[in-house]
Amino acid sequence: MSTGRLRTKAIRELSSLILTRGPKLCNFVEWKGYKAVYRRYASLYFCMCVDQDDNELEILEIIHHFVEILDRYFGSVCELDLIFNFHKAYYILDEILIAGELQESSKKIVARLIAAQVRSAMLLDWGKWAINSK
Amino acid sequence: MNPFSSGTRLRDMIRAIRACKTAAEERAVVRKECAAIRSAISESDQGYRHRNIAKLMFIHMLGYPTHFGQMECLKLIASAGFPEKRIGYLGLMLLLDERQEVLMLVTNSLKQDLNHSNQYIVGLALCALGNICSTEMARDLAPEVERLLLSRDPNIKKKAALCSIRIIRKVPDLAENFLSLAATLLKEKHHGVLISGVQLCTDLCKVSEDASNYLRKNCTEGLVRILKDVSSSPYSPEFDIAGITDPFLHIRVLRLMRMCGQGDSDTSEYINDILAQVASKTELNKNAGNAILYECVETIMGIEATSGLRVLAINILGRFLSNRDNNIRYVALNMLIKAVAVDSQAVQRHRTTILECVKDSDASIRKRALELVYLLVNDINVKPLTKELIDYLEVVDHDFKGDLTAKICSIVEKFSQEKKWYIDQMFKVLSLAGNYVKDNVWHALIVVISNAPDLQGYSVRSLYKAFYTSPEQVSLVRVTVWCIGEYGEMLVNNIGVLEVEEPMTVTESDAVDVLEARLISHSSDTATRSMSLIALLKLSSRFPPTSGRVKEIITVHKGSFVLELQQRAIEFNSIIQRHQNIKSSLVERMPVLDESTVIVKRAGPSQASISTEKSNQQPPSGTSLKLPNGVAKPAAAPLVDLLDLSSDDTPVSAPTSNDFLHDLLGIDLTNSSSGIAPASGTDILMDLLSIGTPPVQSNTSPEISSDKGLSLITKPASNSVHVVDLLDGLTSNGYLPEVHIPVYSSITAFQSSTLKITFSFTKQPDKPQVTQILATFINLSFDAYTDFVFQAAVPKFVKLHLDPASSNHLPSNGNGAVTQTVTVTNGQHGQKSLAMRIRIAYKVNNQEKLELGQINNFPPGL
Repeated sequence: MSTGRLRTKAIRELSSLILTRGPKLCNFVEWKGYKAVYRRYASLYFCMCVDQDDNELEILEIIHHFVEILDRYFGSVCELDLIFNFHKAYYILDEILIAGELQESSKKIVARLIAAQVRSAMLLDWGKWAINSK
Repeated sequence: MNPFSSGTRLRDMIRAIRACKTAAEERAVVRKECAAIRSAISESDQGYRHRNIAKLMFIHMLGYPTHFGQMECLKLIASAGFPEKRIGYLGLMLLLDERQEVLMLVTNSLKQDLNHSNQYIVGLALCALGNICSTEMARDLAPEVERLLLSRDPNIKKKAALCSIRIIRKVPDLAENFLSLAATLLKEKHHGVLISGVQLCTDLCKVSEDASNYLRKNCTEGLVRILKDVSSSPYSPEFDIAGITDPFLHIRVLRLMRMCGQGDSDTSEYINDILAQVASKTELNKNAGNAILYECVETIMGIEATSGLRVLAINILGRFLSNRDNNIRYVALNMLIKAVAVDSQAVQRHRTTILECVKDSDASIRKRALELVYLLVNDINVKPLTKELIDYLEVVDHDFKGDLTAKICSIVEKFSQEKKWYIDQMFKVLSLAGNYVKDNVWHALIVVISNAPDLQGYSVRSLYKAFYTSPEQVSLVRVTVWCIGEYGEMLVNNIGVLEVEEPMTVTESDAVDVLEARLISHSSDTATRSMSLIALLKLSSRFPPTSGRVKEIITVHKGSFVLELQQRAIEFNSIIQRHQNIKSSLVERMPVLDESTVIVKRAGPSQASISTEKSNQQPPSGTSLKLPNGVAKPAAAPLVDLLDLSSDDTPVSAPTSNDFLHDLLGIDLTNSSSGIAPASGTDILMDLLSIGTPPVQSNTSPEISSDKGLSLITKPASNSVHVVDLLDGLTSNGYLPEVHIPVYSSITAFQSSTLKITFSFTKQPDKPQVTQILATFINLSFDAYTDFVFQAAVPKFVKLHLDPASSNHLPSNGNGAVTQTVTVTNGQHGQKSLAMRIRIAYKVNNQEKLELGQINNFPPGL
C-alpha cells in the first residue's frame, strides 16, 4: 500500500477510535500495537502515537507544552490560526520535536528561536522584493 | 510584473476549499489548483515556488496525491534564500518519506546546508535529516552530524543530538562513533542540550551493549548529579510546570538511569538514594508530578532495587490505583502487569481494587485490568476470582464479552483441580456467553464429561435446566443436545444424583421434546440440527417407547433442503425401520474419549495433524451403511468425532498407534489409499528417529550423497543398470493381480562381529513381483568405516537395482546407520523365492576390508 493510502487509512481509523470516546475516559487508546495518546482542547484533538514503553503521562505533558507555545505565538490560538498558518505551526513543531523526541523544554527559548527565524525570513524577502520592483 | 498578483494566494485557496459544501466541489477546486501548480512547475516559474509548495502541502494534508511536487521541493532546498529553504525542507518532510528514491537527491544539498554559515539553515538541515533520512543518507551524512555535535551553539548541538538518534536507529553500527560525544553532552548546563543528550545516550544503550557498559561506567555519577540539581533547584519560570522544574528532564534522566541500572547491582545501589528521594518528594496531584512518579516506579522495577525501594514503588502504584483520574489508573494497571513478574505477592494485595477495574466504564482500563487479573490467578484464589468474573459476565457489554469469555475459559481450564468445579463453571459460562465460546473449548468440555462417569447424570440434568433458561446460546444447546443423546436414560431415571441437586422429573417424551424443538427451531443452524438428529436416534434406542415418535420426526427431514440433514434423516430412518437388530449396538454409549488427545492438541498441533491424516487414510470398509462422520467443523474432526457411531463395528483398520509402531520399524503400511503414502506424518517420524531416508518410490532419484569411491554399483536411478549379475537378467512376466496386501517383517540379512545389515521390505499391491528393500547397515566395531560400498548379486530370474547409499561413511558403535534402497523384481514370483549374495567393502583405519555373505532368509512370497 502506498504511503498516501496508509496515511489516510491510519487517520481514519484513529479518528473514529478517538472521537467516539467519552469525556471521562482515559486519554490513551491502544491501536495496532501502539498507544495513541490524545488531549482535547475545545474542538481540537491533539493526538500522538507512541510505542508501548513510552511514558504516557509525559506525552500528555509534551502535547500541552506544544499547545502552550502555539498559544504564545499566535496569541490565544484558535483552530483557524492553525488552518491558515499550518506551515508556521509545523515550524514551531520542528523546534519542539525531532526524530520523535523532545528537543527543548523551555518555552522561552523556543519562542526566541522562532522569532529569530521569522526575522531572518522577512529580511531576505523584503530584499528580494526591493530588487524585483526596480 | 507584480510578484504578488498572479495565482491565488495560499489563504485564498484555503478559503475556497473550506467554502466547498460537497466533496465533489472540493475535488474540483483542488484539481484546478493542482493544474495551475503543475503548469507553473513545468514552466520552471521561480517566483511562486514558495507559495505553490505551501498550497501543495495543504492539498496533501487533505489526502490528495501530490507527487508531482516533489522535485519542486528539491529546487527550493537548493535555492539560496532562507525562506525558500525553509519551506522546501518542510515540503520535503511532508510530501516525501524515506521510501522515495527522490530523497537521495537531497543528500548533496543537505551536506552543503550542514556546513552553512547561517546557523538556522544548519538547523533546518539537521531537522530534516533527523525526521526522514533513509539508511544510506544516514551513513553518508553521519560524519557531518558528528562534527556538529561539537558546535558551540546549543541550538545546533541539541538538534544534532536528536538527529544522531535517528542515525543510530537506522545504522546501529555507527553507534560507537557517537558514544564519547554523547557522554560529553551530559556535562552541559543548557536544558535543551541535556534533554537531547540524555535521550541520545538512552538510545545508544538500546542499540549497543558496549555503549551500555560505557555509559554505565562513566556517566552514572553525572546523571545522579543532574537529577539532584534539577529536583532541588529553586523556582524558575522558564522551566516550571505545575511547581516542578523541568519534569521532562527528570523523566529522561530517570529513564537513562534505568538503562544503566538494569542487571547491574552496583549501579542500582548507587542510584538507590536519589530514586527514593524523588519517589517520596514528588507530589501526586498534578499530571507532571505523576509522570515523574510513574517513570520513577518504572525505573525501580527495572533495576536491581532493594526490597524497601520496591515496596515504596508498589505503594505508589496502589495509590495510583485508587486515584479517581482514569489516566492514572490506566498507567498503574500497566505498571502492575510488569510488577507481577517482579513481586507477585505485593500485587496480590491489590486484587480487589483490580477486580473493580475490570468492571470500569472505560474500555482501555477494563482491558488492562482483565489482563492483570489473568496474571494474578493462582491455585488459591482461582475460585473466588472466577466467581467474580462470571458474575460480571452477566452484565458486560458485547465488545468486551468475547475477551472476558476467552479469559475465563482459559483460567478455568488451566487451574481447575476437580472435574465438578470445572464442569460447573463451564456450564455457567456457556449459559451466559455460549455464543462467544470457541469450539475447542466446548469440545474439551465434552471430553471431560465423557471421562467423568459419576458426573454424567449431574451434567445432563444441569444442562437440561440451563437449556431452558438460555436457549439462544448455541454452544450450550449443542452440548446439551449431545449429552441428552448420550446420557438420556440418566436424565429420565435420575441416575447418579448428587446431593446438591434438587429433585427433578423428566420424562422420556420431555427429552424428545427438547430435541425436537431444537430440530425445528429456526434459530438452530445445520450443525445443531445434525446433532439433534443423531441424539434423537440414540434416544429411540435408549427409550424404545419413543421410537415411533422419533421416526416420525426424522421422516419429516427426509426432504430437507440441506444435504447433510437429508442424508442423516434418510439413513437414520432406514436404521429404525429395517435394522432394528443392530440399532442398539450402533448407538451404544460412546467409549470414553481420550483426554490426552485434548492435551496433545493443545501442545502440539503438528502431531494432531499427523493422526488426522492417518485416520483419514483408513476408509472404513465393509459396513452396509455409510455413517456420517464428524461435526460440521472439519478441523475438530480428529479429536472429538462426536458422531462417530462406528466405533463398534467399523474396522477403522489400523488404529493410529499401530501406524506409529510400524513406522518405527520402517515398514510402510501400504493399503488401498497408499497413493498418498508416504504421509507427511511418516516422514516426520522417520526423521525424528533418524532411520534415514524414507522408502523411496521407484521413480524418484535421491541425491547422491556419496560421491567418493563410487563403483559400478551405486548409480542414479535414471539409468537402471544392473548390478554384478552373475546370470542374465530376465524381464518380468505378466503378473497376477493381487488384492491381499501382505506385510513382511524385516530380517537380519547379515551379521558379523563388525557389521550388521537389516533388510525391510515394501511392496506395492499392483506389482507383486517388485519388492523394495531398505537395507540398513550398522557398524558394530569401535572404528568408523569409510568408503563403504555395498554390492549384491542375484540369481538369473531376479532383476536388481541399487539406489545410491545415504552415505559411505559409517560411524562406529552403531551411532548412525547408512541406508540404501534396493529394488528387486522376482521374475519367478510365487514359484521361487529370492536369494542374494552380497559383498561389502570398506576402509577402516586406512586398511581395506571385505566381507562376503549370502542371504537365504528372505520371507517367502517376495
